[in-house]
Parts: sequence; C-alpha cells; structure tokens
Amino acid sequence: MRRDLVTSALAVVVFTLLLGLAYPFGVWAIGQVAFKHAADGSQIVMNGRLVGSSLLGQDFSMPVLDKHGKPKQDARGNPVTQPDPKYFQERPSADRYNPAGTFFSNRGPNQASAVAFYKEGLASYLALERPYDPGLTGAQVPVDAVTTSASGVDPHISQANAAIQAHRIAAVRHLPLARVKQLIAAHTDGRFAGFLGEPGVNVLELNIALDKEAPVK
Amino acid sequence: MLQGWLQIAFFCIALVACMPLVGGYMARVFRNETVGLTRVVGPLERGIYRVLRVDVAQEQDWKGYAKSLITVSLLFWLALYLILRTQTLHPFNPQGFHSGTWDVTFNTVSSFLTNTNWQFYGGETTMTYFSQMAGLAVQNFVSAAIGIVVVIALIRGILARREGSHGLGNFWQDLTRTILYVLLPLSILGAILLMSQGVIQSFSHYLGFTSLNGSSGTLALGPVASQESIKELGTNGGGFFNVNSAMPFENSNGLTNFIELFLILVIPTSLTYTYGRMVGNRRQGWAIFAAMATLFVAAVAVVYVAEQHGAVAQHLAGVSTHAISGSTGGNMEGKEQRFGIANSGLWTAVTTVTSCGAVNAAIESFTGIGGLVPFANLSASETIFGGVGTGLYSMLLFVILAVFIGGLMVGRTPEFLGKKIEAREIKLVSIGVLFTPIAVLIGSALALGTKYGAPSIYAEGPQGFSETLYAYMSQANNNGSAFAGYTGYYQPNAGNLGAHGISFADVLGGLTMMFARYVPILIVLAVAGSLARKRVAPAGLGTMRTDNGTFVVLLLGVVVLVGALTFFPALLLGPVVQGLTTQVF
Repeated sequence: MRRDLVTSALAVVVFTLLLGLAYPFGVWAIGQVAFKHAADGSQIVMNGRLVGSSLLGQDFSMPVLDKHGKPKQDARGNPVTQPDPKYFQERPSADRYNPAGTFFSNRGPNQASAVAFYKEGLASYLALERPYDPGLTGAQVPVDAVTTSASGVDPHISQANAAIQAHRIAAVRHLPLARVKQLIAAHTDGRFAGFLGEPGVNVLELNIALDKEAPVK
Repeated sequence: MLQGWLQIAFFCIALVACMPLVGGYMARVFRNETVGLTRVVGPLERGIYRVLRVDVAQEQDWKGYAKSLITVSLLFWLALYLILRTQTLHPFNPQGFHSGTWDVTFNTVSSFLTNTNWQFYGGETTMTYFSQMAGLAVQNFVSAAIGIVVVIALIRGILARREGSHGLGNFWQDLTRTILYVLLPLSILGAILLMSQGVIQSFSHYLGFTSLNGSSGTLALGPVASQESIKELGTNGGGFFNVNSAMPFENSNGLTNFIELFLILVIPTSLTYTYGRMVGNRRQGWAIFAAMATLFVAAVAVVYVAEQHGAVAQHLAGVSTHAISGSTGGNMEGKEQRFGIANSGLWTAVTTVTSCGAVNAAIESFTGIGGLVPFANLSASETIFGGVGTGLYSMLLFVILAVFIGGLMVGRTPEFLGKKIEAREIKLVSIGVLFTPIAVLIGSALALGTKYGAPSIYAEGPQGFSETLYAYMSQANNNGSAFAGYTGYYQPNAGNLGAHGISFADVLGGLTMMFARYVPILIVLAVAGSLARKRVAPAGLGTMRTDNGTFVVLLLGVVVLVGALTFFPALLLGPVVQGLTTQVF
C-alpha cells in the first residue's frame, strides 16, 4: 500500500508535467510557427482595430433611441436594440453574441414559450424584410433565421436566408441586387472539400466587404 | 437528405477502414512489443518507470492491479480538487478568475476523474488556463488510459494459462504505455490538424474588440486545441467553452467536425479489433463490432430523420422546416449552420453511444424522438462502442452473460474462449451489468422524489422530467452530455465571485459518477482475476461459438432487453410523451 502511495504521488507529478504543461506548450509552439493566424483565433484587424474573428458571429443591431436621443433600456436595464438595416443579420443568439460567456437556449421541442418565441421571430423577420421583398411569405423564411444557434456565435446564416436579406441590403446600400448576390457567393464558406459539413454565408466577412464597397453613413 | 447520408456513410467507412491499422497497433502495444514509436518514446518510457520506481517485469494479480488503480485515482482526485480550489494562486490566469465553490468543485473533480466530464460550470467564465490544461486535460488522458488498461487486464485474464501468456500484467506499465504510445501521439496529431483549421491554442488574455457598428465585445481565448483533441480521443467530452464543440473556436468547420467525430470513435471501434487480435481469433472482435455497429447505425438513422422533421413548436408557430434551396430545413434550434442536421444528428449519436458527451448541438432542443436517441444510447450502458476501454469491458460483461444464457438454453456448461463460466463469474457479471442502471434510477428517484432536485430543473412539463432523468443517466454512464437546462451552479458574473452551487445536485451527481465508475471497474478486474485462475478447456462440440451471426443476435437481444426493461417506464414519461404529441406544455 505504501509502495502504491509513493508511486502514485510520483505519477501525479510526472503526468501533470508531461500532459498538463509540456503537451499544451508543445502544441502552442507548433501553432505559433505553422498556423499563427488560426491558432490566435482568426482575428480580423482593420486600421489597427480588432473587429472580431472570422469564425465568430456578432451583433449587427443598433440601439433604439428614446425621445431624448438616449439609448432606451428595458425593465432589466438591458439596452433595447433593433436590427441595423444596412447589415446582414446573424441568426438569433441566446447569449447576445458573447463569445466569452456562451450558453445554449435550451428551448425544448414542445415548450409553449418556444412557440411564442418562433412566432415573434418570424413576425419581426418579415417586418424587416418584407418592405424590400413584398412577395415574401412566412413559409419562405428558412428555419435558421428564427431558431437560436447552438454556440450563440454561429458565424453563418443559410444561403436562403442571405438571399432574402439581399433585397434589403441592395436597397439600403444602393447596390444592384446582382452585385449583392455576387458578394454573398464570395463570402459563402462551402462544404469542406465540397463534401463535409453544410455551406453557410459568413455574415461578418460579408458585412465588412459591403462597408468597403458601398459605405453608408 | 442524400448529401447528409453520404457524409454519414463516408464517416463510417473511413472509421472501419482504420480499425485494423489502429487496432493492430494497439494489440502490439499491449503485448509489450516494440513498435515504430519505440525509438522515440522508449527512452521517455524507461525514464518514467525509473522515476516512479516500478519494476514493470513484476506482474500483478487482480487485487494488486486494482489497488494501484484506486490509489492513483485517489491521489489524482485530491490533486485536481486542490488545483481547482486555488485558482487565485495560478499562473496562466489572465482573467483573474477566483475558485468555484466546494460543491461544484466536488462534482467537477469526480466528473473528470471518472471520464464523465459532466459540467455544471462554464469553462470560459470559471476556469483558469492552468486549471484547464494542468488539471482537467491531464485527467482527460489519465481517466481514458485507466478505462483502456482495465479492458486489457480483462483480455489478459481470459488468455491466462495459455501457452505464451502470463497474468493480468502490470498496471503502471499499461498506464504509461497507453498514454505514451496511444493517447499522446494521436492527440498531438489531432491538435495540429484542428489548429490548422482554426481551433485556437493561445495563452493570451481575452481580447476586447469593436464591431463594425461600434458595439464592443470580448474574444475569449485559451489553450483549446490541445484539450479538444484529447477530449474527443479519450471519450471525455468536457468542453473548454460552455457550449462545447458547438463553439467555432473548438470546432470550426466541416473538416474539424469530421476529425473530432473520428477521434471519438477511433479507439472504441479499434479496440474490438485489438481484442480479436489478442485472443487469436479476429472474428471474435468483428462479432462484437457487428453487434455494436447495428445499434449505432439504428441510432444515427432515427435521430437524423427525427431532427430533419422539425419540432412541434416550430410547426405550431408557422415556421417551415422543409429543406429548400439554400437551407437544410429541419429543427435548427440549438444547431450550427456549418453542421446542419446531418452532422448534428451524427454527432449526437456518436457522443452518446460512446461515453464522450461532447456536443456540437444542444440536445435539450432536439425533437422528442430525436432526444429519445441519446436516452436509448445511454440505456445500453456503454455497450455500443462505449468509452475507451470502458465500452469493450462493458460489452464483454454482456458477452459473458449471453454465453451463460445460451448455455442454459442448450443445457451445457457455458464456456467462453476456453474458460468455464461458473457461479462466481455470473454473480459478478450480474452486479456489473446492473450496477449502472440501478445508480441511474436511484439518482433520478432521489432528485425527482424529494424537493431538493427541483431547483436544478429549467423547463416545464415532461421536458423538466427529461432533464433530470438524463442528468443521472449521463452521470452514471460517465457520459457527460446534458439536457443542459439542468443546473447545479449559479454564477452572476464571470470568474466565480458571488457564485453558489446547488449542493444536492452537485454531490449526488458526483457520488453517482464515482460509484458508477469504480464499482464496475473493480467487478471487471475481479472477473479478470477469476478467469485468469481457470484452466483452459479445449473447445468441444457443445461449446457455443461466440464469433458467428447467431451469437451476435443473442448478444443484441440481451443488451436491448436489459436496457429496455430497466428504462422503458421512465422514458415513456419524458421523451416519448413529447415525441408522440403535437401539444405544447
């Protein structure tokens, strides 16, 4: 028994040093040499300012102002926001697009509250897009547009979702619809090797491209 | 859906194609032969034996093997508790996190020691980089290795007293060789591949960013790739981030998703091949694989179809869940666009047949029938591939049980690979097979029958019942996936300050994990010791074969019967109710 205790104590030290320090630092060193951009979080820097990561979705809403021109707050003190019409909008997020505090919505399949959530989401999606796409019906809205993503920072929307929003972007930015669709195609991450995963439109990268090509004040 | 089926088929084919390679390699490692890596790893291996002061030529009997295993687990438990409770003293704590409360730490430590990786905490808001890599990730290696060495000891017990075979082996040698020759090399390879695709490995503090429209946010970073790799490979499943492998920094695209799925299943599947090689009849391994694969394929098919159908609440709200041009359709609640329905469904089946428990989609948001699949997989007590090592030894207990039942049917003394199965073995096996289900039912009953379980529940109606039942099924099966609304820790701000745990859920869960891990391990080692003592009887006409289709069917029957009889009533009250109704609650 004593023998086992001594050996075990030594094993705790040896394996912690090997697996808990040497291994992660070794991997880190390889990453810094071979894949620095990816290992550091695929950061997007514009004019010396960190704008985000091309792997993470973010919030493209704007504050709702009250009659004094100040940002409105709800009962819990959270700012009230609305979608910023000049940007493509991400999927709904349970954690306010915060990559430093992620959580699931945990919305169940048969919850009464879920029905209300989807109804509201569908209505506000239609309210935002229909003025630019009068023929749009609720049945045409792709499911990713009204359901919460898993991570809360899903960087992608479906191509169908982007195609609907393209009408609004073209109008607000005074771009031909065909050009917006070109930009969508250019910022669509396809399946890996054309085969693995599902295609999605990278919203942050697309919005950056739009700001460059057709800035709006 | 065709594209999705093709991806699933491709994954299965790639996995099976690698089994002989990886399984054959592991057989050589555990026969203590020289392999290609010996030139690199050999000096390190001998150095470790010297530091530990063990003589690996010395074989241990089952009690000696068990003693070493329990002692080292105990000390690792204490070490991890100490690490997690002293976070303010840590290096690599750029966010200045404090320690979690005692109860949630008890749960977390028990969870990582037992290969469960059930998480009541959220990684990026509670754990220092030091805790993650030197505490939690170390256990990802060690707990995985312990699962593997136990099944190797069992195989050696079956082989003992045959020409050229010895006793159960030496625990320290098995542990060291598993880590150095199997887990570490594959983890390094996996981590590099993941990094190349965007999985992060950074020691920087979190970075503030300002978005295009001027709003600000925080980029959480950390040594993720190294942990991600072993988390999948060791079927551990504890995410660096709270949303686990749904987080793009843990799982960035279709390729990383494929790699991670592959890492989860590569050892559990290959071990069946290792087993066949070691017992000298590859068909024995393939027979077990066939039984496991049958249940696995069924699970994948059901979950994919169910999720593609969409959820009741979505249909009632007028949301269309049909696949259209440019959208997969289906129940996308709690799923990521880059994985879609097929890869989220496949992942959920993979992670719950094994004891991994990592998720790339929110299981709580699955449809009733889709959510029933993880339940059903857990009901099988890790026999469908299961955790690394754990899965094969759990299945071998069922194999012995099936041999016994088959023997009763034909009226012969049951034999298994030349060893007579007698009263002592059957008693042990029965306890081993039933212990985990009993732990599930006791844990859930305590949580549902007393008022103490209520604060953990998030959802109303049958969903709340499902959350509780799943929590104890997951913890008892050392899985770690969750209907994640179920909570054991309240944290008002990041960094643990002002947080408090729900002691009942934390402690009951912790104890469930520990008992349901170590009791079966001791039983398996006892069976190994008991078989090792038996003389080898030559196979005769009356011997029931365990390497043909008939036996596979018998084995499947036993597994399904035990799981179904134990859990059917409970499952009716949760996921089945939700799956069969169009009502909301």
